[in-house]
Amino acid sequence: MSQTVETTAVRAEPSEGPSTGVRPISWKYPITYAILAVLGLIFALTNPAGARTHFRFASAGDFFEIPIIELPSRPAGWVLAIVLLALAVFAFRQAARRARTGLWLPLLFGILFVLAFLVWAGADRGAVIPLVTMLTGALALSVPLIFGAMCGLVGERSGVINIAIEAQLLAGAFLAAVAASVFTNAYMGLLFSPLAGAMVGAVLVFFSVRYQVNQIIVGVVLNVLIIGLTGFLFSTALSDNPGLWNTRQQLPELPIPLLSQIPVLGPVLFDQTILVYLMYVLVAVLNVFLFRSRWGLRTRAVGEHPKAADTVGIKVNRMRVYNVILAGGIAGLGGSFFTIGQGLAFGKEMSAGAGFIALAAMILGRWNPIGAVLAALLFGFSTSLGNVLAAIGTPVPSEALLMLPYVITIFAVAGFVGRIRPPAANGTPYVK
Amino acid sequence: MTDSGPQPGTSPAQTSKQEGPWAEAEGRLSRALRDLSQTSWLVTVLSVVVALVVGAVLILGANEEVQGSLSYFFAQPTDFLETSFQVLREAYSSLFRGAVFDWQASSVERAIRPLTETMVYSVPLILAGLGIAIGFRSGMLNIGGQGQIILGATSAGFLGYALSLPAGLHVLLALAGGIIGGAIWGGIAGVLKARTGANEVIVTIMLNNIAIYLLAWLLKQDWFKQTGSNQPLSSSVDESAQLFSLLGSGFRIHAGFLIAILATVFVWWLLERSTIGFEFRAIGENPEAARTAGINVTKATALVLIVAGGLAGLGGAAHVLGTEYRIAGGIAGSLGFDAITVALLGRSKPLGTFLAGLLLGGLRAGGVLMQAQTGTPIDIVLVLQAVIVLMIAAPPLVRTIFFLPRADGRPRLKKKHRRRPQAAGTDESASRESTLATADSGSAPTTTQEADK
Repeated sequence: MSQTVETTAVRAEPSEGPSTGVRPISWKYPITYAILAVLGLIFALTNPAGARTHFRFASAGDFFEIPIIELPSRPAGWVLAIVLLALAVFAFRQAARRARTGLWLPLLFGILFVLAFLVWAGADRGAVIPLVTMLTGALALSVPLIFGAMCGLVGERSGVINIAIEAQLLAGAFLAAVAASVFTNAYMGLLFSPLAGAMVGAVLVFFSVRYQVNQIIVGVVLNVLIIGLTGFLFSTALSDNPGLWNTRQQLPELPIPLLSQIPVLGPVLFDQTILVYLMYVLVAVLNVFLFRSRWGLRTRAVGEHPKAADTVGIKVNRMRVYNVILAGGIAGLGGSFFTIGQGLAFGKEMSAGAGFIALAAMILGRWNPIGAVLAALLFGFSTSLGNVLAAIGTPVPSEALLMLPYVITIFAVAGFVGRIRPPAANGTPYVK
Repeated sequence: MTDSGPQPGTSPAQTSKQEGPWAEAEGRLSRALRDLSQTSWLVTVLSVVVALVVGAVLILGANEEVQGSLSYFFAQPTDFLETSFQVLREAYSSLFRGAVFDWQASSVERAIRPLTETMVYSVPLILAGLGIAIGFRSGMLNIGGQGQIILGATSAGFLGYALSLPAGLHVLLALAGGIIGGAIWGGIAGVLKARTGANEVIVTIMLNNIAIYLLAWLLKQDWFKQTGSNQPLSSSVDESAQLFSLLGSGFRIHAGFLIAILATVFVWWLLERSTIGFEFRAIGENPEAARTAGINVTKATALVLIVAGGLAGLGGAAHVLGTEYRIAGGIAGSLGFDAITVALLGRSKPLGTFLAGLLLGGLRAGGVLMQAQTGTPIDIVLVLQAVIVLMIAAPPLVRTIFFLPRADGRPRLKKKHRRRPQAAGTDESASRESTLATADSGSAPTTTQEADK
């Protein structure tokens, strides 16, 4: 069971063709690369002659100082465009030979394309593109998305669709702010926030498992309920006495010795709050446990084929109840990022749709922890890029970049990025 | 009841993409909604009661006088009860006065104004709710009301101030623009679902967010705003494009309410009397059977979301042309999500949706007065509506709360006795038939999945 699950879950291409003979050649990836490469070429062509693009890699406390790097825009654009074209040609060749390319090709292509774009966008703007700030911002924006995606993943792997991630993030943010404020200690907020998310998860399973109400409906309604509840409490208790209930508390940053002094990567990855380190641990643990432990096998069994799971003695509904509540705790923890993670007081609807993007990241990552993390990072990065570009002022509207995650997700679910296959029993209530 | 597995007469690519649990979930969705429509009106009324009780707890919890009297509750419990009663009476009576009839008003006009305000708030809710309801009846969960309303409002508003036309024509053109804007946005999800099997829940959620950024971008463009200022606010809709007022200048009620009535009748006709509506319902009940019966499921699927989007777009258009007049970033508020509540509350029936829209509009209108008079934040309306829908969706829970007998007439106590040795989650639902069907369909997709491998 587990083996089939894994192979189908990570399968890159849909098996739509006839079952005998060779797979039909899939041209859509090479064509995508080609289009992007041509776009890179257009960037190179439209770079003004003699313009320069400035990148800042440095941040305080590096081992060695990297000065601001100044690239001549036009030659740099040309070099990048040529490499992009070469990669696209390579992709065509691989596709024609029906050879699989690894994950390195889209990653490398993506990085180079973004660089080409940045060189073009920053050409002669008189502003420095702060790379480290941009990457730090990307990670920060991804944190609640990653927690939310992990929450959705645990729930859906055990067969419960969770549209209420947004509500769980918001509840987590709320309780984290309140607990941290009351105890005047940010770590207390961290301790309490999972409770809020878990409570929302408990309501979700109470209605969807016990009363078999459609899970999507419960999720949608829970979002409204939590927005209303937190909004009500915010407007009453939290606004009446903000000193007690809603003062700002911030988790301190804990730079890891040595690691945090690596240039560029160090300050981005290893000079963070405990919440981010918890996230690293969570993703690693989930990735191992989901595919290599008894709990993971049972979870996936319950989500793929509950009847079979029941036959071998797994308590299907109990498993779902525990998993969704656990998942709620994860999302609640992620929600604490909005308040104590950033050192902000609680504000109305401050999760601002992150739960839905987390849902999209989970789907784009094909219900796989690593995939979901990559998707969440992509979303965080495009938002961060949008913010930076809005600050330095470029020809591309920042809204276009802010839309990007959603557009990519639509392409993904429309089958462009290969067949997306959710757990088989996802959304099905189990009745003996 | 499943629409999975390849069927003769359809292209393999299409069926292979439409199978799977999401498609399966849609079959269950329509069943869940059918169950929902079979619950008695008593459950609806009791759900409202539960919601009001939950709201009461929140109002009391947030009230300082009540908190004060609670501190000496054991010394003088009557004090606490009296204060609570006063506070609740004040809050809920102002909710009523704001929504239906203000008996404290100085003139007759002012006394009936709250009811017209309720109608004003209900116009976009009814129209968008009808769109969501059509989706429900066709087995589709359209979460995209928000985006469709934004697109409808944006196109209608833009046509309303960018063109200059004679009065009657202008307003009709602007309304048509709103319908088309919403229909395009719904149609994207519909066509993608019909052609590629893309799940409409995900696509519509994504389209909602895209619409928000699209509007934010438009509001930065000078050709769109036409105000010349830096504020992200469009110029006002021309008078020739505004929906005319129904009761004169003292009231905000406009012709949009007539449109809502007409739309309700239209949707009733569409679903109950027309061929296309029959096809909609058929694909909602059982897509496989519909396909076998010769219905073009692909076309009907796309059309459902196009019509649904058009109705939501009309709701947005009526909101802009009748109430707001200007386009701002938050033009749709939370209308799209409230519309889902309206459709659920109205059990996806046209008349039910109309009444549910009035109820929610009333909560909105009353919530405004309640906030002004008693300081109770309007957010409580969200809590009330969420609790109402949760309760309506789980009739067994309502019956348990109020010690009512079960729907199938079997005594409740016996079941409780039987339940005890089992695990908490393994109960049966109220309706035996539906659970059996669920169990059956639960096994079907997995077998086809295995046959695939």
